[in-house]
Amino acid sequence: MAVKKKKTSRQKASPAVRERGTISIRNVTKIYDPEGVNVMAVDNCSLEIEAGEVCMIVGPSGCGKTTLLNVIAGFHSLTSGEIYLDDELLCGPDKPLANQGADRMVVFQNGALFPWKSLLDNVAYGPMVQGILSKSDARDKARDMLAEAGMIDVADKFPGEVSSGMARRAEIVRALINDPKVLLLDEPYRAMDALTKSIMHEALLAMYDRTKVTIFFITHDLEEAIFLGDRVVVMTTRPARTKKIVSVKIPRPRDYKLLSSEQFRLLVEETKDAVHEEAIKAFEAGERELA
Amino acid sequence: MSDQAISDAETSLARTPPKGFALAWYRLKKSLATPTPYMMLFGIILWLGTYYLLTEGWKVPRFEKIPGPLEVMTEFFSFDPIWGTSLFTEDFRINVYVSVRRIVIAFSLATGLGVPLGLFMGWSRIFKDYAFPILETLRPIPILAWVPLAIIMFSGFETPILFLATLASFFVTTLNTMLGVESIDESYFRAAGCLGSKKHHVFWHVVVPGAMPFIFTGLQISIGVAWFSLVAAEMISGDYGLGYMIMDSYMVNKYVSMVMAMISLGFVGWATSAMVRWGGNQMMQWRVKALALEGR
Repeated sequence: MAVKKKKTSRQKASPAVRERGTISIRNVTKIYDPEGVNVMAVDNCSLEIEAGEVCMIVGPSGCGKTTLLNVIAGFHSLTSGEIYLDDELLCGPDKPLANQGADRMVVFQNGALFPWKSLLDNVAYGPMVQGILSKSDARDKARDMLAEAGMIDVADKFPGEVSSGMARRAEIVRALINDPKVLLLDEPYRAMDALTKSIMHEALLAMYDRTKVTIFFITHDLEEAIFLGDRVVVMTTRPARTKKIVSVKIPRPRDYKLLSSEQFRLLVEETKDAVHEEAIKAFEAGERELA
Repeated sequence: MSDQAISDAETSLARTPPKGFALAWYRLKKSLATPTPYMMLFGIILWLGTYYLLTEGWKVPRFEKIPGPLEVMTEFFSFDPIWGTSLFTEDFRINVYVSVRRIVIAFSLATGLGVPLGLFMGWSRIFKDYAFPILETLRPIPILAWVPLAIIMFSGFETPILFLATLASFFVTTLNTMLGVESIDESYFRAAGCLGSKKHHVFWHVVVPGAMPFIFTGLQISIGVAWFSLVAAEMISGDYGLGYMIMDSYMVNKYVSMVMAMISLGFVGWATSAMVRWGGNQMMQWRVKALALEGR
Protein backbone atom coordinates (compact mmCIF):
# COMPACT_ATOMS: atom_id res chain seq x y z
CA MET A 1 0.00 0.00 0.00
CA ALA A 2 2.72 2.37 1.07
CA VAL A 3 4.65 1.63 -2.08
CA LYS A 4 1.68 2.48 -4.25
CA LYS A 5 1.12 5.81 -2.56
CA LYS A 6 4.74 6.87 -2.99
CA LYS A 7 4.64 5.83 -6.60
CA THR A 8 1.93 8.34 -7.47
CA SER A 9 3.74 11.12 -5.68
CA ARG A 10 6.86 10.36 -7.70
CA GLN A 11 5.01 10.50 -10.97
CA LYS A 12 3.71 13.92 -10.04
CA ALA A 13 7.25 15.05 -9.24
CA SER A 14 8.56 14.09 -12.67
CA PRO A 15 7.27 16.41 -15.36
CA ALA A 16 6.39 14.84 -18.67
CA VAL A 17 8.26 17.51 -20.59
CA ARG A 18 11.73 18.52 -19.55
CA GLU A 19 12.81 22.09 -19.38
CA ARG A 20 16.32 21.30 -18.28
CA GLY A 21 19.21 19.21 -19.45
CA THR A 22 20.39 21.10 -22.54
CA ILE A 23 23.99 20.30 -23.40
CA SER A 24 25.90 22.60 -25.66
CA ILE A 25 29.28 21.35 -26.84
CA ARG A 26 31.15 24.11 -28.64
CA ASN A 27 34.39 23.57 -30.55
CA VAL A 28 35.74 21.11 -28.03
CA THR A 29 39.25 19.79 -28.57
CA LYS A 30 41.03 17.30 -26.36
CA ILE A 31 44.70 16.50 -26.76
CA TYR A 32 46.34 13.80 -24.70
CA ASP A 33 50.00 14.05 -23.96
CA PRO A 34 50.97 10.72 -22.47
CA GLU A 35 54.61 10.37 -23.56
CA GLY A 36 55.53 13.72 -24.97
CA VAL A 37 53.67 12.89 -28.16
CA ASN A 38 50.41 14.72 -28.62
CA VAL A 39 47.44 12.54 -29.41
CA MET A 40 44.33 14.37 -30.50
CA ALA A 41 41.29 12.54 -29.21
CA VAL A 42 38.60 15.09 -30.01
CA ASP A 43 39.00 17.75 -32.67
CA ASN A 44 36.86 20.85 -32.72
CA CYS A 45 33.68 18.98 -31.99
CA SER A 46 30.39 20.84 -31.70
CA LEU A 47 27.03 19.40 -30.81
CA GLU A 48 23.79 20.77 -29.39
CA ILE A 49 21.65 18.39 -27.37
CA GLU A 50 18.16 19.49 -26.45
CA ALA A 51 16.52 19.01 -23.09
CA GLY A 52 14.92 15.59 -22.87
CA GLU A 53 16.55 14.34 -26.04
CA VAL A 54 18.01 10.86 -26.44
CA CYS A 55 21.24 11.51 -28.27
CA MET A 56 23.09 8.44 -29.47
CA ILE A 57 26.80 8.71 -30.26
CA VAL A 58 28.22 6.09 -32.61
CA GLY A 59 31.67 5.75 -34.07
CA PRO A 60 34.54 3.30 -34.40
CA SER A 61 36.33 1.95 -31.34
CA GLY A 62 38.70 4.38 -29.73
CA CYS A 63 37.49 7.34 -31.72
CA GLY A 64 37.19 9.63 -28.71
CA LYS A 65 33.52 9.17 -27.85
CA THR A 66 34.33 8.17 -24.30
CA THR A 67 36.75 11.08 -24.01
CA LEU A 68 33.91 13.44 -24.81
CA LEU A 69 31.73 11.79 -22.17
CA ASN A 70 34.54 11.98 -19.63
CA VAL A 71 34.97 15.68 -20.30
CA ILE A 72 31.25 16.32 -19.76
CA ALA A 73 31.27 14.24 -16.57
CA GLY A 74 34.31 16.02 -15.18
CA PHE A 75 36.70 13.06 -15.28
CA HIS A 76 38.96 14.64 -17.91
CA SER A 77 39.85 18.22 -18.67
CA LEU A 78 39.41 19.67 -22.14
CA THR A 79 42.14 21.38 -24.13
CA SER A 80 40.02 24.05 -25.79
CA GLY A 81 36.37 24.84 -26.40
CA GLU A 82 33.44 25.10 -24.04
CA ILE A 83 30.67 22.91 -22.75
CA TYR A 84 27.48 24.37 -21.29
CA LEU A 85 24.75 22.64 -19.36
CA ASP A 86 21.54 24.69 -19.36
CA ASP A 87 23.48 27.84 -20.30
CA GLU A 88 25.80 27.34 -17.37
CA LEU A 89 29.46 26.84 -18.15
CA LEU A 90 30.64 23.33 -17.21
CA CYS A 91 34.12 23.69 -18.56
CA GLY A 92 35.94 26.10 -20.81
CA PRO A 93 39.32 27.70 -21.38
CA ASP A 94 39.52 29.12 -17.84
CA LYS A 95 38.17 26.00 -16.14
CA PRO A 96 39.29 22.99 -18.17
CA LEU A 97 37.96 20.40 -15.72
CA ALA A 98 34.25 20.36 -14.94
CA ASN A 99 33.12 19.73 -11.38
CA GLN A 100 31.72 16.27 -10.86
CA GLY A 101 28.17 16.43 -9.71
CA ALA A 102 24.88 14.63 -9.43
CA ASP A 103 23.33 16.70 -12.24
CA ARG A 104 25.25 14.52 -14.73
CA MET A 105 25.05 10.85 -13.84
CA VAL A 106 27.31 8.35 -15.56
CA VAL A 107 26.53 4.69 -16.22
CA PHE A 108 29.85 3.01 -16.85
CA GLN A 109 30.97 0.61 -19.55
CA ASN A 110 31.85 -2.20 -17.17
CA GLY A 111 29.40 -1.26 -14.46
CA ALA A 112 30.40 0.55 -11.31
CA LEU A 113 27.90 -0.49 -8.70
CA PHE A 114 29.82 -0.73 -5.44
CA PRO A 115 30.24 -4.50 -5.06
CA TRP A 116 30.36 -4.15 -1.26
CA LYS A 117 26.92 -2.56 -1.02
CA SER A 118 23.58 -4.21 -1.67
CA LEU A 119 21.64 -2.94 -4.66
CA LEU A 120 19.42 -1.06 -2.24
CA ASP A 121 22.34 0.66 -0.52
CA ASN A 122 23.88 1.45 -3.87
CA VAL A 123 20.72 3.21 -4.97
CA ALA A 124 20.33 4.98 -1.63
CA TYR A 125 23.94 6.17 -1.67
CA GLY A 126 23.55 9.34 -3.77
CA PRO A 127 20.78 11.13 -1.85
CA MET A 128 22.42 10.04 1.40
CA VAL A 129 25.88 11.46 0.78
CA GLN A 130 24.51 14.61 -0.77
CA GLY A 131 22.65 15.17 2.48
CA ILE A 132 19.30 15.43 0.68
CA LEU A 133 17.75 12.53 2.58
CA SER A 134 18.53 10.81 5.85
CA LYS A 135 19.85 7.27 5.56
CA SER A 136 16.52 5.65 6.32
CA ASP A 137 14.57 7.99 4.02
CA ALA A 138 17.09 7.37 1.25
CA ARG A 139 16.63 3.63 1.69
CA ASP A 140 12.85 4.00 1.59
CA LYS A 141 13.04 5.98 -1.60
CA ALA A 142 15.54 3.53 -3.08
CA ARG A 143 13.20 0.67 -2.26
CA ASP A 144 10.32 2.45 -3.99
CA MET A 145 12.39 3.15 -7.08
CA LEU A 146 13.65 -0.41 -7.29
CA ALA A 147 10.06 -1.62 -6.91
CA GLU A 148 9.01 0.71 -9.70
CA ALA A 149 11.70 -0.81 -11.91
CA GLY A 150 10.53 -4.32 -10.98
CA MET A 151 13.62 -5.19 -8.95
CA ILE A 152 12.27 -5.33 -5.43
CA ASP A 153 13.07 -9.05 -5.10
CA VAL A 154 16.78 -8.50 -5.59
CA ALA A 155 17.04 -5.22 -3.67
CA ASP A 156 18.96 -6.75 -0.77
CA LYS A 157 21.35 -8.75 -2.91
CA PHE A 158 24.90 -7.70 -3.67
CA PRO A 159 25.82 -6.79 -7.26
CA GLY A 160 27.94 -9.95 -7.49
CA GLU A 161 24.86 -12.06 -6.87
CA VAL A 162 22.69 -10.77 -9.70
CA SER A 163 22.97 -10.97 -13.48
CA SER A 164 24.86 -8.26 -15.33
CA GLY A 165 21.60 -7.07 -16.86
CA MET A 166 20.01 -6.69 -13.46
CA ALA A 167 23.09 -4.91 -12.15
CA ARG A 168 23.04 -2.48 -15.06
CA ARG A 169 19.39 -1.68 -14.50
CA ALA A 170 20.09 -1.07 -10.81
CA GLU A 171 22.91 1.23 -11.84
CA ILE A 172 20.51 3.27 -13.94
CA VAL A 173 18.11 3.44 -11.00
CA ARG A 174 21.03 4.57 -8.82
CA ALA A 175 21.60 7.37 -11.31
CA LEU A 176 17.95 8.37 -11.67
CA ILE A 177 17.24 8.59 -7.94
CA ASN A 178 19.34 11.76 -7.98
CA ASP A 179 16.99 13.31 -10.53
CA PRO A 180 19.89 14.25 -12.83
CA LYS A 181 19.67 16.68 -15.71
CA VAL A 182 21.59 14.34 -17.96
CA LEU A 183 22.24 10.63 -18.04
CA LEU A 184 25.58 9.73 -19.60
CA LEU A 185 25.81 6.10 -20.69
CA ASP A 186 29.04 4.63 -21.99
CA GLU A 187 28.23 1.47 -23.94
CA PRO A 188 26.31 0.08 -20.99
CA TYR A 189 25.04 -3.00 -22.81
CA ARG A 190 28.24 -3.81 -24.64
CA ALA A 191 28.89 -7.29 -23.28
CA MET A 192 25.29 -8.48 -23.41
CA ASP A 193 23.64 -10.95 -25.71
CA ALA A 194 20.95 -9.74 -28.09
CA LEU A 195 18.04 -11.05 -26.02
CA THR A 196 19.18 -9.45 -22.78
CA LYS A 197 19.92 -6.29 -24.70
CA SER A 198 16.37 -6.05 -26.00
CA ILE A 199 15.01 -6.40 -22.47
CA MET A 200 17.43 -3.74 -21.28
CA HIS A 201 16.30 -1.43 -24.08
CA GLU A 202 12.68 -1.78 -23.11
CA ALA A 203 13.51 -1.14 -19.47
CA LEU A 204 15.54 1.93 -20.39
CA LEU A 205 12.80 3.30 -22.63
CA ALA A 206 10.24 2.74 -19.88
CA MET A 207 12.44 4.71 -17.48
CA TYR A 208 12.96 7.39 -20.09
CA ASP A 209 9.23 7.72 -20.71
CA ARG A 210 8.72 8.24 -16.98
CA THR A 211 11.48 10.79 -16.46
CA LYS A 212 12.26 12.34 -19.87
CA VAL A 213 15.83 12.86 -18.76
CA THR A 214 18.34 13.96 -21.38
CA ILE A 215 20.36 10.93 -22.46
CA PHE A 216 23.86 10.95 -23.94
CA PHE A 217 24.40 7.35 -24.99
CA ILE A 218 27.58 5.95 -26.53
CA THR A 219 27.32 2.74 -28.50
CA HIS A 220 28.72 0.67 -31.35
CA ASP A 221 25.43 -0.94 -32.10
CA LEU A 222 23.57 0.87 -34.87
CA GLU A 223 20.27 -0.87 -34.30
CA GLU A 224 20.46 0.02 -30.65
CA ALA A 225 21.25 3.61 -31.58
CA ILE A 226 18.28 3.98 -33.90
CA PHE A 227 15.87 2.04 -31.73
CA LEU A 228 16.56 4.19 -28.68
CA GLY A 229 17.59 7.56 -30.08
CA ASP A 230 15.97 10.78 -31.21
CA ARG A 231 19.15 11.57 -33.06
CA VAL A 232 22.15 9.46 -33.96
CA VAL A 233 25.45 11.30 -34.15
CA VAL A 234 28.08 9.52 -36.21
CA MET A 235 31.60 10.44 -35.16
CA THR A 236 34.70 10.30 -37.32
CA THR A 237 37.65 8.16 -36.35
CA ARG A 238 40.24 9.75 -34.08
CA PRO A 239 40.30 12.69 -33.66
CA ALA A 240 36.54 12.68 -33.15
CA ARG A 241 34.35 15.15 -34.98
CA THR A 242 30.69 14.93 -35.86
CA LYS A 243 30.49 13.37 -39.28
CA LYS A 244 26.76 12.96 -39.75
CA ILE A 245 23.64 13.45 -37.70
CA VAL A 246 20.66 11.20 -38.44
CA SER A 247 17.28 12.26 -37.04
CA VAL A 248 15.10 9.37 -35.99
CA LYS A 249 11.54 10.59 -36.41
CA ILE A 250 9.83 7.53 -35.02
CA PRO A 251 7.17 8.32 -32.43
CA ARG A 252 7.40 7.06 -28.85
CA PRO A 253 6.62 4.82 -27.10
CA ARG A 254 8.52 2.43 -29.34
CA ASP A 255 8.40 -1.33 -29.21
CA TYR A 256 10.20 -4.19 -30.83
CA LYS A 257 7.92 -4.46 -33.85
CA LEU A 258 9.75 -1.40 -35.02
CA LEU A 259 12.88 -3.40 -35.74
CA SER A 260 11.31 -5.11 -38.74
CA SER A 261 9.78 -1.97 -40.26
CA GLU A 262 10.97 -0.51 -43.55
CA GLN A 263 11.55 2.92 -41.98
CA PHE A 264 13.88 1.39 -39.41
CA ARG A 265 15.79 -0.55 -42.02
CA LEU A 266 16.34 2.55 -44.15
CA LEU A 267 17.65 4.48 -41.17
CA VAL A 268 20.10 1.70 -40.35
CA GLU A 269 21.32 1.69 -43.97
CA GLU A 270 21.77 5.43 -43.94
CA THR A 271 23.82 5.35 -40.74
CA LYS A 272 25.77 2.24 -41.62
CA ASP A 273 27.41 3.79 -44.68
CA ALA A 274 28.77 6.66 -42.67
CA VAL A 275 29.98 4.47 -39.81
CA HIS A 276 31.51 1.85 -42.06
CA GLU A 277 33.67 4.40 -43.81
CA GLU A 278 35.06 5.58 -40.49
CA ALA A 279 35.50 2.06 -39.17
CA ILE A 280 37.73 1.22 -42.13
CA LYS A 281 39.83 4.31 -41.52
CA ALA A 282 40.16 3.45 -37.85
CA PHE A 283 41.08 -0.13 -38.60
CA GLU A 284 43.75 0.89 -41.07
CA ALA A 285 45.22 3.39 -38.64
CA GLY A 286 45.32 0.60 -36.08
CA GLU A 287 45.74 2.90 -33.13
CA ARG A 288 45.30 1.79 -29.59
CA GLU A 289 42.06 2.76 -27.90
CA LEU A 290 42.21 5.65 -25.49
CA ALA A 291 40.57 5.56 -22.13
CA MET B 1 16.57 -42.16 -11.63
CA SER B 2 13.30 -43.35 -10.20
CA ASP B 3 10.18 -41.19 -10.19
CA GLN B 4 10.46 -40.91 -6.43
CA ALA B 5 14.00 -39.56 -6.69
CA ILE B 6 12.98 -37.03 -9.32
CA SER B 7 10.11 -35.74 -7.21
CA ASP B 8 12.46 -35.56 -4.22
CA ALA B 9 14.87 -33.49 -6.25
CA GLU B 10 12.05 -31.21 -7.32
CA THR B 11 10.87 -30.61 -3.77
CA SER B 12 14.41 -29.93 -2.60
CA LEU B 13 14.74 -27.32 -5.35
CA ALA B 14 11.50 -25.70 -4.33
CA ARG B 15 12.45 -25.58 -0.66
CA THR B 16 14.07 -22.53 0.80
CA PRO B 17 17.84 -22.94 1.16
CA PRO B 18 18.93 -24.52 4.48
CA LYS B 19 20.44 -22.37 7.21
CA GLY B 20 22.55 -22.81 10.33
CA PHE B 21 22.95 -26.39 11.44
CA ALA B 22 21.01 -27.79 8.48
CA LEU B 23 23.35 -25.95 6.12
CA ALA B 24 26.45 -27.25 7.92
CA TRP B 25 25.05 -30.79 7.77
CA TYR B 26 24.25 -30.42 4.06
CA ARG B 27 27.78 -29.19 3.35
CA LEU B 28 29.31 -32.04 5.37
CA LYS B 29 27.27 -34.63 3.48
CA LYS B 30 28.20 -33.02 0.19
CA SER B 31 31.91 -32.89 1.03
CA LEU B 32 31.89 -36.55 2.15
CA ALA B 33 30.65 -37.41 -1.33
CA THR B 34 33.77 -35.85 -2.90
CA PRO B 35 37.26 -37.41 -2.79
CA THR B 36 38.70 -34.42 -0.87
CA PRO B 37 38.31 -35.63 2.76
CA TYR B 38 39.60 -39.10 1.90
CA MET B 39 42.61 -37.74 0.10
CA MET B 40 43.35 -35.48 3.04
CA LEU B 41 43.17 -38.47 5.36
CA PHE B 42 45.44 -40.48 3.07
CA GLY B 43 47.92 -37.61 2.94
CA ILE B 44 48.07 -37.39 6.72
CA ILE B 45 48.53 -41.14 7.08
CA LEU B 46 51.27 -41.16 4.45
CA TRP B 47 53.11 -38.32 6.18
CA LEU B 48 52.79 -39.77 9.68
CA GLY B 49 53.76 -43.22 8.36
CA THR B 50 56.95 -41.90 6.82
CA TYR B 51 57.76 -40.02 10.02
CA TYR B 52 57.15 -43.18 12.07
CA LEU B 53 59.23 -45.44 9.85
CA LEU B 54 62.16 -43.04 9.72
CA THR B 55 62.34 -42.55 13.48
CA GLU B 56 60.77 -45.39 15.37
CA GLY B 57 60.30 -48.10 12.71
CA TRP B 58 63.55 -48.50 10.81
CA LYS B 59 65.55 -46.07 12.96
CA VAL B 60 67.31 -44.63 9.91
CA PRO B 61 70.74 -43.08 10.79
CA ARG B 62 70.50 -39.37 11.72
CA PHE B 63 66.82 -39.87 12.46
CA GLU B 64 67.07 -42.23 15.40
CA LYS B 65 67.60 -39.38 17.89
CA ILE B 66 64.46 -37.60 16.71
CA PRO B 67 61.43 -38.47 18.83
CA GLY B 68 58.91 -40.47 16.78
CA PRO B 69 55.18 -39.80 16.52
CA LEU B 70 54.19 -42.47 19.05
CA GLU B 71 56.65 -41.26 21.62
CA VAL B 72 55.60 -37.64 21.19
CA MET B 73 51.88 -38.44 21.30
CA THR B 74 52.21 -40.63 24.38
CA GLU B 75 54.12 -37.91 26.14
CA PHE B 76 51.74 -35.20 24.91
CA PHE B 77 48.67 -36.82 26.42
CA SER B 78 50.35 -38.29 29.49
CA PHE B 79 49.27 -37.26 32.99
CA ASP B 80 52.69 -38.21 34.26
CA PRO B 81 55.12 -37.16 31.51
CA ILE B 82 58.61 -38.64 31.52
CA TRP B 83 60.25 -35.35 30.49
CA GLY B 84 58.06 -33.24 32.71
CA THR B 85 55.93 -31.51 30.06
CA SER B 86 52.57 -32.53 28.58
CA LEU B 87 49.21 -31.06 27.66
CA PHE B 88 48.22 -31.31 31.31
CA THR B 89 51.19 -29.64 32.94
CA GLU B 90 51.21 -26.06 34.12
CA ASP B 91 54.35 -24.91 32.29
CA PHE B 92 53.09 -26.07 28.89
CA ARG B 93 49.89 -24.10 29.32
CA ILE B 94 51.85 -21.04 30.44
CA ASN B 95 54.10 -21.28 27.39
CA VAL B 96 51.13 -21.47 25.02
CA TYR B 97 49.28 -18.72 26.84
CA VAL B 98 52.29 -16.38 26.83
CA SER B 99 52.93 -16.87 23.11
CA VAL B 100 49.27 -16.42 22.18
CA ARG B 101 49.01 -13.30 24.32
CA ARG B 102 52.10 -11.84 22.65
CA ILE B 103 50.67 -12.63 19.21
CA VAL B 104 47.35 -11.01 20.06
CA ILE B 105 49.06 -7.84 21.26
CA ALA B 106 51.58 -7.68 18.41
CA PHE B 107 49.04 -8.50 15.72
CA SER B 108 46.55 -5.95 17.06
CA LEU B 109 49.21 -3.26 17.21
CA ALA B 110 50.47 -4.06 13.72
CA THR B 111 46.94 -4.06 12.31
CA GLY B 112 45.88 -0.95 14.18
CA LEU B 113 48.88 0.98 12.87
CA GLY B 114 49.41 -0.70 9.52
CA VAL B 115 45.89 -0.57 8.10
CA PRO B 116 45.32 3.18 8.61
CA LEU B 117 48.81 3.99 7.39
CA GLY B 118 48.35 1.81 4.31
CA LEU B 119 44.94 3.32 3.60
CA PHE B 120 46.30 6.85 3.73
CA MET B 121 49.34 5.95 1.65
CA GLY B 122 47.18 4.38 -1.01
CA TRP B 123 44.66 7.17 -0.99
CA SER B 124 46.82 10.27 -0.74
CA ARG B 125 49.65 10.84 -3.14
CA ILE B 126 51.30 13.34 -0.78
CA PHE B 127 51.16 10.98 2.15
CA LYS B 128 52.71 8.24 0.07
CA ASP B 129 55.49 10.52 -1.12
CA TYR B 130 56.39 11.20 2.51
CA ALA B 131 56.13 7.75 3.99
CA PHE B 132 56.83 5.23 1.26
CA PRO B 133 60.60 5.65 0.72
CA ILE B 134 61.36 5.20 4.42
CA LEU B 135 59.05 2.25 4.71
CA GLU B 136 60.62 0.60 1.69
CA THR B 137 64.10 1.01 3.17
CA LEU B 138 63.18 -0.35 6.58
CA ARG B 139 61.11 -3.23 5.25
CA PRO B 140 63.91 -5.36 3.74
CA ILE B 141 65.91 -5.35 7.02
CA PRO B 142 65.46 -8.89 8.33
CA ILE B 143 63.72 -9.12 11.66
CA LEU B 144 66.72 -10.89 13.23
CA ALA B 145 68.86 -7.86 12.43
CA TRP B 146 66.61 -5.83 14.71
CA VAL B 147 67.17 -8.08 17.72
CA PRO B 148 70.17 -6.30 19.28
CA LEU B 149 68.63 -2.89 18.71
CA ALA B 150 65.37 -4.06 20.24
CA ILE B 151 67.20 -5.30 23.32
CA ILE B 152 69.07 -2.00 23.66
CA MET B 153 65.96 0.09 23.08
CA PHE B 154 63.53 -1.72 25.34
CA SER B 155 63.93 -3.01 28.84
CA GLY B 156 62.97 -6.44 30.14
CA PHE B 157 62.03 -9.53 28.18
CA GLU B 158 58.55 -8.65 27.06
CA THR B 159 58.79 -5.37 25.15
CA PRO B 160 61.64 -6.33 22.77
CA ILE B 161 59.75 -9.47 21.80
CA LEU B 162 56.53 -7.56 21.23
CA PHE B 163 58.40 -4.95 19.23
CA LEU B 164 59.98 -7.54 16.95
CA ALA B 165 56.75 -9.42 16.34
CA THR B 166 54.84 -6.20 15.70
CA LEU B 167 57.42 -4.76 13.34
CA ALA B 168 57.41 -7.68 10.93
CA SER B 169 53.67 -7.89 10.56
CA PHE B 170 53.28 -4.12 10.47
CA PHE B 171 55.26 -3.91 7.23
CA VAL B 172 53.25 -6.67 5.60
CA THR B 173 49.91 -5.16 6.62
CA THR B 174 50.85 -1.64 5.56
CA LEU B 175 52.11 -2.69 2.16
CA ASN B 176 49.14 -4.91 1.38
CA THR B 177 46.67 -2.28 2.48
CA MET B 178 48.33 0.30 0.28
CA LEU B 179 48.30 -2.04 -2.71
CA GLY B 180 44.66 -2.78 -1.89
CA VAL B 181 43.70 0.86 -2.21
CA GLU B 182 45.70 1.20 -5.41
CA SER B 183 43.93 -1.84 -6.86
CA ILE B 184 40.48 -0.28 -6.56
CA ASP B 185 39.01 0.28 -10.00
CA GLU B 186 39.03 3.94 -11.01
CA SER B 187 35.38 3.74 -12.03
CA TYR B 188 34.28 3.32 -8.39
CA PHE B 189 35.96 6.60 -7.52
CA ARG B 190 34.35 8.22 -10.54
CA ALA B 191 30.96 6.83 -9.64
CA ALA B 192 31.35 8.09 -6.09
CA GLY B 193 32.29 11.52 -7.46
CA CYS B 194 29.25 11.60 -9.74
CA LEU B 195 26.97 10.63 -6.91
CA GLY B 196 28.06 13.71 -4.99
CA SER B 197 30.43 12.19 -2.42
CA LYS B 198 32.62 14.35 -0.28
CA LYS B 199 36.13 13.22 0.56
CA HIS B 200 35.23 11.42 3.76
CA HIS B 201 32.43 9.57 1.97
CA VAL B 202 34.90 8.35 -0.63
CA PHE B 203 37.22 7.20 2.14
CA TRP B 204 34.62 5.25 4.11
CA HIS B 205 32.46 3.99 1.26
CA VAL B 206 35.05 3.29 -1.45
CA VAL B 207 38.61 3.23 -0.11
CA VAL B 208 38.02 1.14 3.01
CA PRO B 209 35.66 -1.53 1.63
CA GLY B 210 37.47 -1.62 -1.71
CA ALA B 211 40.80 -2.37 -0.07
CA MET B 212 39.28 -4.95 2.27
CA PRO B 213 40.11 -8.08 0.19
CA PHE B 214 43.77 -7.06 -0.01
CA ILE B 215 43.82 -6.09 3.65
CA PHE B 216 42.70 -9.53 4.70
CA THR B 217 45.11 -11.27 2.36
CA GLY B 218 47.76 -9.14 4.02
CA LEU B 219 46.53 -10.01 7.51
CA GLN B 220 46.76 -13.72 6.70
CA ILE B 221 50.39 -13.29 5.76
CA SER B 222 51.01 -10.86 8.58
CA ILE B 223 49.84 -13.22 11.32
CA GLY B 224 52.17 -15.88 9.92
CA VAL B 225 55.04 -13.40 9.90
CA ALA B 226 54.16 -12.37 13.45
CA TRP B 227 54.48 -15.98 14.62
CA PHE B 228 57.74 -16.37 12.74
CA SER B 229 59.38 -13.36 14.31
CA LEU B 230 57.84 -14.03 17.70
CA VAL B 231 59.38 -17.48 17.89
CA ALA B 232 62.72 -16.18 16.64
CA ALA B 233 62.65 -13.49 19.31
CA GLU B 234 61.60 -15.92 22.02
CA MET B 235 64.43 -18.26 21.12
CA ILE B 236 66.98 -15.49 21.43
CA SER B 237 65.75 -13.50 24.39
CA GLY B 238 62.80 -15.29 25.79
CA ASP B 239 61.20 -15.95 29.09
CA TYR B 240 58.35 -18.39 28.53
CA GLY B 241 56.62 -18.90 25.21
CA LEU B 242 56.69 -21.73 22.68
CA GLY B 243 59.87 -20.49 21.03
CA TYR B 244 61.53 -20.40 24.43
CA MET B 245 60.26 -23.91 25.10
CA ILE B 246 61.87 -25.19 21.89
CA MET B 247 65.24 -23.64 22.70
CA ASP B 248 65.13 -24.54 26.36
CA SER B 249 64.23 -28.19 25.67
CA TYR B 250 66.98 -28.40 23.07
CA MET B 251 69.57 -27.09 25.54
CA VAL B 252 68.74 -29.76 28.08
CA ASN B 253 68.28 -32.53 25.51
CA LYS B 254 64.51 -32.84 26.07
CA TYR B 255 63.87 -33.52 22.38
CA VAL B 256 60.36 -34.81 22.99
CA SER B 257 59.31 -31.52 24.56
CA MET B 258 60.98 -29.68 21.70
CA VAL B 259 58.89 -31.51 19.09
CA MET B 260 55.78 -31.00 21.21
CA ALA B 261 56.36 -27.25 21.15
CA MET B 262 56.80 -27.36 17.37
CA ILE B 263 53.56 -29.27 16.88
CA SER B 264 51.76 -26.89 19.22
CA LEU B 265 53.04 -23.95 17.18
CA GLY B 266 51.63 -25.58 14.07
CA PHE B 267 48.18 -25.97 15.57
CA VAL B 268 48.01 -22.61 17.30
CA GLY B 269 49.31 -20.83 14.21
CA TRP B 270 46.76 -22.58 12.04
CA ALA B 271 43.98 -21.63 14.47
CA THR B 272 44.94 -17.95 14.45
CA SER B 273 45.07 -17.90 10.63
CA ALA B 274 41.65 -19.54 10.53
CA MET B 275 40.30 -16.86 12.83
CA VAL B 276 41.63 -14.11 10.60
CA ARG B 277 40.08 -15.81 7.59
CA TRP B 278 36.79 -16.16 9.42
CA GLY B 279 36.88 -12.49 10.40
CA GLY B 280 37.52 -11.52 6.79
CA ASN B 281 34.60 -13.58 5.54
CA GLN B 282 32.32 -12.01 8.13
CA MET B 283 33.32 -8.53 7.00
CA MET B 284 33.12 -9.28 3.29
CA GLN B 285 29.85 -11.14 2.82
CA TRP B 286 29.51 -9.45 -0.57
CA ARG B 287 32.64 -11.18 -1.73
CA VAL B 288 31.89 -14.53 -0.13
CA LYS B 289 28.51 -14.64 -1.86
CA ALA B 290 29.87 -13.62 -5.24
CA LEU B 291 32.66 -16.20 -5.04
CA ALA B 292 30.21 -18.89 -3.92
CA LEU B 293 28.20 -18.33 -7.09
CA GLU B 294 31.36 -18.85 -9.10
CA GLY B 295 31.65 -22.22 -7.39
CA ARG B 296 34.54 -21.32 -5.11
